[in-house]
Amino acid sequence: MAMKKIKFVLNGETCEWEVKPWRTLLEMLREDFQLTGTKEGCGEGECGSCTVIMGGKTVNSCLVPAVEADGQEILTIEGLAHGENLHPVQEAFVEKAGMQCGFCTPGMIMSAKALLDENPEPSENEIREGIAGNFCRCTGYTKIFESIQAAAEAMKGGK
Amino acid sequence: MVTFYRRLPKMGYVKPGSLEEALELLEKNPNGRYRVYAGGTDVIPKLKGRVIQSPEILVDLKGVSDLDHIDFDEQKGLYIGALATVRSVETSPVIKERYPILSQAAGSIASIQVRNRGTITGNICNAVPSADSAPALLCLDARVLLYSKNGGERTVDITDFFKGPGLTVLQPNEILREINISASPENSRSVYIKLSPRSRMDLAVVGVGVLLTKTNGTFRNVRIGLGAVAPTPIRALKAEAMLEGSEVNDDLIINAARTASEESRPIDDHRASAEYRKMMVEVLVKRAIHQCL
Ligand SMILES: Cc1cc2nc3c(=O)[nH]c(=O)nc-3n(C[C@H](O)[C@H](O)[C@H](O)COP(=O)(O)OP(=O)(O)OC[C@H]3O[C@@H](n4cnc5c(N)ncnc54)[C@H](O)[C@@H]3O)c2cc1C
Ligand code: FES
Ligand code: FES
Repeated sequence: MAMKKIKFVLNGETCEWEVKPWRTLLEMLREDFQLTGTKEGCGEGECGSCTVIMGGKTVNSCLVPAVEADGQEILTIEGLAHGENLHPVQEAFVEKAGMQCGFCTPGMIMSAKALLDENPEPSENEIREGIAGNFCRCTGYTKIFESIQAAAEAMKGGK
Repeated sequence: MVTFYRRLPKMGYVKPGSLEEALELLEKNPNGRYRVYAGGTDVIPKLKGRVIQSPEILVDLKGVSDLDHIDFDEQKGLYIGALATVRSVETSPVIKERYPILSQAAGSIASIQVRNRGTITGNICNAVPSADSAPALLCLDARVLLYSKNGGERTVDITDFFKGPGLTVLQPNEILREINISASPENSRSVYIKLSPRSRMDLAVVGVGVLLTKTNGTFRNVRIGLGAVAPTPIRALKAEAMLEGSEVNDDLIINAARTASEESRPIDDHRASAEYRKMMVEVLVKRAIHQCL
């Protein structure tokens, strides 16, 4: 079946690509672009480990046909740092030990970033809501909340 | 044995630029050759799991412009376009203010990621008995506008829309264009209560919506919508009738809640037993009515 030509912005760079219409955005990112930071957990929208930001909004990339990237701006975990400088959310996760095995972490950080972009001073409850679609089987979430709170603090004043 | 495939079946993809173009495709649609989708949050997992027959071609409705609107007008009420996401309905200021039950129901669905993609229209077209937006739309007397080729158009009351688990009155050549809700009665109060073992990322074991107006100590415009306790989302019509026009008192509320429970026809499944669901309908209808007073 016909390959589809798509054009999109991936982590700030314009890409032209061809995809089969039955492939997901997650498969394209991991297999075609070797952006393996984005993880596949469940493949059905439940776990959030595949979370990326598309058009400014978090989505489960396992549920998005890759062709839909056409005309969109996509941000993955690889696009957050500037060279050696980690994004404040990444920094906070390192600082506060917001991860153990790390499998959920890329998705968790993308959700946290989207949350803080929209709501720079979230309450604990708003943080819970913000990452309700991201499962972590290791940390018990406490360290993750602390990391996001620390990131919010660090990002005050538009840093 | 259930086999779970992680990949989508091979199929094509089209993104029509107008509703007419999409309807044209559906008009010649033998054996479900084409399947429309909006957010894909129901369709994609089902296709991956080989739960539904794979279409030859997926039809992405998101190319149709002017279909993601949420418009409010004092006279005509609210119009929610087929592509309006669950998240946009949840966070819409006018819906929060005028139709809080719908905003609550939308906010109770899945996660932000799923709500950013999924649509309210997809939620009702998918037609599972536990669809969270359904009890709210039933309470709000919503109407859905269905289009087919050559200007074919019909309006269906939400009470007539659901036909069974996964079944609606939508014909294979039709597309739901928008949902319309009248301006809610002045001073009405409403609430949606979702019972699920986990507070997020879980389907409703029981969903209860109540909308009512209290005028001079009597119940008016009473609506009770129930989810996950019958083959389709339903209204508890007998319980509504008991309350309508009657003076507000505790015994009446208890009786009406019991009646709503009797009207429900739940099944036993892995989420809960039918018996438990019936008991919870009674508890939650009572609670929801009290919250509206
Ligand atoms: C992890 C996860 C958790 C979920 N949790 C919940 C939950 O808590 N509560 C809940 O109610 N749902 C839940 N859902 C289900 C789903 O997210 C919702 O039902 C959502 O609103 C579906 O919208 P959609 O646009 O993604 O539908 P799609 O998958 O695009 O479509 C669903 C169905 O509707 C048809 N359709 C879509 N648009 C139209 C149209 N305009 N005209 C005619 N037919 C149309 C499609 O052909 C398909 O059959 C969950 C899903 C996932 C993956
Ligand atoms: S892999 Fe996408 S949500 Fe689990
Ligand atoms: S750190 Fe292991 S799943 Fe979250």
